[in-house]
Amino acid sequence: MIRIEEVSKRYPGGHDALKGLSLSVDKGEMVFVTGHSGAGKSTLLRLIALIDRPTSGQVIVNGQNTRRVKRRHIPAYRRQIGMVFQDHKLLYDRPVFDNVALPLVIAGLGHREAARKVRAALDQVSLLDKEKQSPETLSSGEQQRIGIARAIVTRPDLLIADEPTGNLDPDLSLEVMRIFRRFNEVGVTLLIASHDIALIDQLGCRRIALANGALQVEQEEDPVAEYVERLEAEQARERGPF
Amino acid sequence: MRHVNTAFAALGRLARAPFATLMTMLVIGVTLALPAALHLVIKNAQSMSESWDNAFDFSVYLNADVTLAEAKRLADIVSQRADVENVTLIAADDALEEFRELSGFGAALDHLAVNPLPHTLVVRPGESINEISMGLLNEELGTLPEADFVQVDTAWVQRFHAILNIMQRAIAIGSSLLAVAIVVIIGNTIRLDIQNRHEEIEVTKLIGASNSFVRRPFLYTGLWYGLGGGLLALALVGYGLYALEEPVSRLSGLYNSPFRVLQLDIRESAIIAGTGVLLGLAGSWIAATRHMRRIEPR
Repeated sequence: MIRIEEVSKRYPGGHDALKGLSLSVDKGEMVFVTGHSGAGKSTLLRLIALIDRPTSGQVIVNGQNTRRVKRRHIPAYRRQIGMVFQDHKLLYDRPVFDNVALPLVIAGLGHREAARKVRAALDQVSLLDKEKQSPETLSSGEQQRIGIARAIVTRPDLLIADEPTGNLDPDLSLEVMRIFRRFNEVGVTLLIASHDIALIDQLGCRRIALANGALQVEQEEDPVAEYVERLEAEQARERGPF
Repeated sequence: MRHVNTAFAALGRLARAPFATLMTMLVIGVTLALPAALHLVIKNAQSMSESWDNAFDFSVYLNADVTLAEAKRLADIVSQRADVENVTLIAADDALEEFRELSGFGAALDHLAVNPLPHTLVVRPGESINEISMGLLNEELGTLPEADFVQVDTAWVQRFHAILNIMQRAIAIGSSLLAVAIVVIIGNTIRLDIQNRHEEIEVTKLIGASNSFVRRPFLYTGLWYGLGGGLLALALVGYGLYALEEPVSRLSGLYNSPFRVLQLDIRESAIIAGTGVLLGLAGSWIAATRHMRRIEPR
């Protein structure tokens, strides 16, 4: 589903966010990308979402080499990927229903068809009763679930999520992960960037650890490193978004 | 169907800030009303000058010794000409009578021993006459042995038409400047709107919206601004005409003139409203296309 081949990304100013990274995610897998902030997790997701393009190397998503996706075809490319963000990125000037319906409106779906799909998506995140409310009136966890409903309403084969639980307390985080798990069970491929090692371990999914823009060399049982990582996750949660 | 939804969504958004919307539309309306009003002034002046076509008549004053019978025969001869539509003979006695009535010198004229006025032929040229054949006719009428002198007072009518033409041209130039102003006004309003909705645009693009999808609501906003401005312009011009109607009809009453103020007809009204719509679309198109490209997800 995703193949990253020898990808490097240098940002203007000379910062190397990724250095010759190669990895692959199979169809139907649920994979976590972990690492310190600055390890390259976000950059990886940005390359997959075509927000950025790699300086060198190939990013192949669902059989398409992103290098060959022309600028004007980026919208169509993005529509086949569901995206979940740490800060939800909801539109607060319209009700929950309209937020979830947005990808369908963009795709040009008729109202009746859209309404059916929106309700199905809201049902999957257990927020069917909130469709008329403004996102502002919802808790952070609920807002994140709205964001997830929006990401899956078009039934994409691939869902990418950048720190989806970064702002949530452990209970809510677990709930969000359970929702992701359910999607994975019906065949959706998920790539999730996260700090939350403890949570990931609970789920028992494959973990890709990044360090300094490359795959982290496997270290068997390093209690100190794990402690530091856990501490950082804790700090990140306190910092909030960004 | 999607367009209808987008159009009404844009209208709803405008309706939620009625004061700001009305202000923008009013600026456009006033800007459109200005050339429309000037156009009406010209149009009315032209219609007024149309009723002066008898100003092109030649007055051929005959020599004092020409008798009425000779004058009648001469009138017949002149009216045979191809470039003459008809000839009216004003007998000297009739002319005196008319002068007595209109001038108010009645009593003074009674003291005259003889009628000082000559017989006069009023020669109306044919419809197809142009300036050159007009000059020729003038000359030939002047060389008639019976003619004392020929008067044709076309110069001021021509000057008047020339002035109207200049004004029309000036209005056209002014209108195009005002059109540019409207495009800039709407473009700027849309630019601010885009800035305010920067985040929304970014999110929408992030989940796969194309530039044209994101631009569409702004185009409709521009369209509504233009249409609203156009309709306001019509209302302003209509009100101005209403306010002028009574004093104008009083004045034309004083001149015994049947003149009535001409309103904007349906075609002109449609042009004004349509111009508003087109300029609105143009302004929003420029602004949206320019700024939409810059907003990319980060």
